[in-house]
Amino acid sequence: MLAKRIIPCLDVKDGQTVKGTKFVGLRQAGDPVELGRIYSEQGADELVFLDITASHDGRKTFASMVERVASQLNIPFTVGGGINELADVERMLSAGADKVSINSAALSRPQLIDEIARHYGSQVCVVAIDAHQEHNAQWQCYIHGGRVPVGKDLFQWAHEAQERGAGEILFTSMDHDGVKQGFANDALRRLSDQLTIPIIASGGAGEMSHFRDAFRDGHADAALAASVFHFGEISIPDLKAYLKRENINVRS
Amino acid sequence: MDIAIIDYGAGNVGSVIRALQRLGVNPLLTSDAERIAKADKVLFPGQGEARHAMQQLRRSGLDKVITSLRQPILGICIGQQLMCRHSEEGDTPCLGIFDTPVLRFQPQHHQDKVPHMGWNALTNISASPLLRGIDEGEYVFFVHSYYVPTCPWTTAQTNYILPFSAALQRDNFHATQFHPEKSGSVGERILSNFLDL
Repeated sequence: MLAKRIIPCLDVKDGQTVKGTKFVGLRQAGDPVELGRIYSEQGADELVFLDITASHDGRKTFASMVERVASQLNIPFTVGGGINELADVERMLSAGADKVSINSAALSRPQLIDEIARHYGSQVCVVAIDAHQEHNAQWQCYIHGGRVPVGKDLFQWAHEAQERGAGEILFTSMDHDGVKQGFANDALRRLSDQLTIPIIASGGAGEMSHFRDAFRDGHADAALAASVFHFGEISIPDLKAYLKRENINVRS
Repeated sequence: MDIAIIDYGAGNVGSVIRALQRLGVNPLLTSDAERIAKADKVLFPGQGEARHAMQQLRRSGLDKVITSLRQPILGICIGQQLMCRHSEEGDTPCLGIFDTPVLRFQPQHHQDKVPHMGWNALTNISASPLLRGIDEGEYVFFVHSYYVPTCPWTTAQTNYILPFSAALQRDNFHATQFHPEKSGSVGERILSNFLDL
């Protein structure tokens, strides 16, 4: 049976991970390559590295980090942040990334999804969507780190992304992100049941039961989290043992 | 050891190169028939669309090189599919090393998403030397929309929508539908087994 995936996400700025961690014994505490390796050894199924650098030099540092990750890591990994055109995708893939995650750029110019799918295959193209539930209960898409609404409905946009050739949807509920009260399972379930491509749940993990609920109630194919892993609140081996006990199929 | 990776312009083969480098060998990425023919071992990876990939192989004459190889060769993902008789993808005649068709997954339930993407278990593992030391139920990483049905050359199965061939072998011809280069320590073991053949 296909396993549900657990995906730690690392925010990288100028080549260093930004959020603190409780990992001990690291050669270099903020080294994303080292952190990625540790997560991989602990049983992470994939990794996401998000470049939150703004400067041009920082972007170059990120590309060289991707090369180091690729040379050391034997599981799939996705990179996101600052990918605006096909040349950015090309640079990341040739540095060794398996997939790229695009967000604002795809909403600004949806054709980018078609281009990536045509040039590199759908499996390379993860479309990340940040959405917020408005007072009228509608889920509205936002860009630029959740600051700017774009007047597009989450479900319509996810459908369009799939039709254009997205390989996966990474859905972050802005209402749940950082609150640690669980994922947006109702919206996740609607997405997952309406689409034929895998859905990655993001935003809201605080306890192990939240992952179970995203899989069981939200029908997510994968769940992504950052701080609960980085701060050692939840360890991946414990999480996987728990999910197994809860009859969720995970890779051991 | 002289390891050749067949270069036919099909997708990103960087991860296969890096996985071999982690095992201490430096493979040569080449489309040169002579270099491929005299390599100790040959890898035939790739991603992409079957019809286009077969066109590339025929145009360069690599189709005949591959079928005439006597040393161990490992097809990965689309490489495995191209080693079969025919693919439903683009109604494409393939190399015919394994006399079986390649079919598209037909979802039976709503939760059956295509492509089959992620980690899934190997079952019914046979005594193929490529899979030495791999236990029943170990997980490997898949990304594909087409599959090889179980057939006389199946050496391991995986269940997704239906049981299909996760690995194949006929004499010196080995193939995996999954990506050993992205399958953690299990994949590393399989690549290392291949280098030991």
